[in-house]
Amino acid sequence: MARPIRIKTRRIGGETELLAMVTHPMDTGRVKNKKTGKLIPAHYIEKFEFAINGKVVASANLGPAVSKNAMVGVKVRGAKAGDTVTVSWNDNKKESGSKSQPIR
Amino acid sequence: MKKIAMILIVLGATLGVALAAKADPAHDLKAFQGYFLKKFPGVKLSSYHDGLYALPQAKEERAEWEQIMVFPPYELGLEKGKEFWNKNHLASCFRNGGKGVAAHYPYWDARAKEVRTIVNDINSCLVKKGMKPIKNLKSGTMAQTVAYMKSLSNGYRVHINVSAPGMRKMYEEGKKFFWAKRGQLNFACADCHVHAAGMHIGGNVLGPALGHGTGFPVYRSKWGKLGTLHWRYMGCNKQVRAKPFKPQSKQYKALQVYETYMDTGIPLKVPGQRG
Repeated sequence: MARPIRIKTRRIGGETELLAMVTHPMDTGRVKNKKTGKLIPAHYIEKFEFAINGKVVASANLGPAVSKNAMVGVKVRGAKAGDTVTVSWNDNKKESGSKSQPIR
Repeated sequence: MKKIAMILIVLGATLGVALAAKADPAHDLKAFQGYFLKKFPGVKLSSYHDGLYALPQAKEERAEWEQIMVFPPYELGLEKGKEFWNKNHLASCFRNGGKGVAAHYPYWDARAKEVRTIVNDINSCLVKKGMKPIKNLKSGTMAQTVAYMKSLSNGYRVHINVSAPGMRKMYEEGKKFFWAKRGQLNFACADCHVHAAGMHIGGNVLGPALGHGTGFPVYRSKWGKLGTLHWRYMGCNKQVRAKPFKPQSKQYKALQVYETYMDTGIPLKVPGQRG
């Protein structure tokens, strides 16, 4: 079951804002499960990338400091309506996902 | 001395007459809504479904809320509610398939002689279809499903009927509950949500009582999930160190009847996002 990714794009002046949210627990590895008393193992996104028409425009190293359901946003210039934005991520447990969407 | 006494007697008689004037729900409604519309002159009645974010005193909170609403956190829970609703064909238990109906809840069931809420009707629908009723009435499946069902009535203006004697009795009990002091901290709902609406309590801005429930079930950042109105009632009672009642208890249903009647004319906006 792929983790849902939601993407929103909006034009602000001459720039295009790209916003993406991945449903991900972002566990730090330091929290105990209330029922079992055992530590919940670390599970967090490591890399988060934005690409436009296949070319990477922004790359973020997230890590355990970012909270659950990580939301990342960037502003880019030069993107046009109809271009395809692709969001991809991978985590410390070797899970990954990606989603593409046209820019409005 | 005599003149002052005369003035006082006349004043007393006028006030006395006014107080003794028959208070009925319609009269209560006009006074209640009038109070808020006067206290917050720029805020339209229809904006009150946004709770504290409708108030000018909550400008910073509103900016934060608008940021969060770019990706509304309730979307996943709402989806789950929709799946549950469709999977179990709950639409067949409601008039018009459940669309537009939520604005007329709660209602008086003359046969059962009780107030019926959406939670009640969803559970009896499940029982009618040979399934077990949902036990958790605070969050999870019930909250998600009520949220979805109510969202089918978004934009519809609240309008409930309190004329049946049994319903009117519940209205009066709810009204008493709302205005009565309770808990170790000795607060009434009205103290925070009428008199202190727009003021701060700790780091939070107090929302107005007008509109209470029109955004419920709500996603509270504190809860990290969707939750029901009665769960919030429980929390509020605990906050003033009063013993909470159970979800769907007679007391909370009565309070809900009163608050919903006070919301007459406000369009539903479900699910809400708070905090």
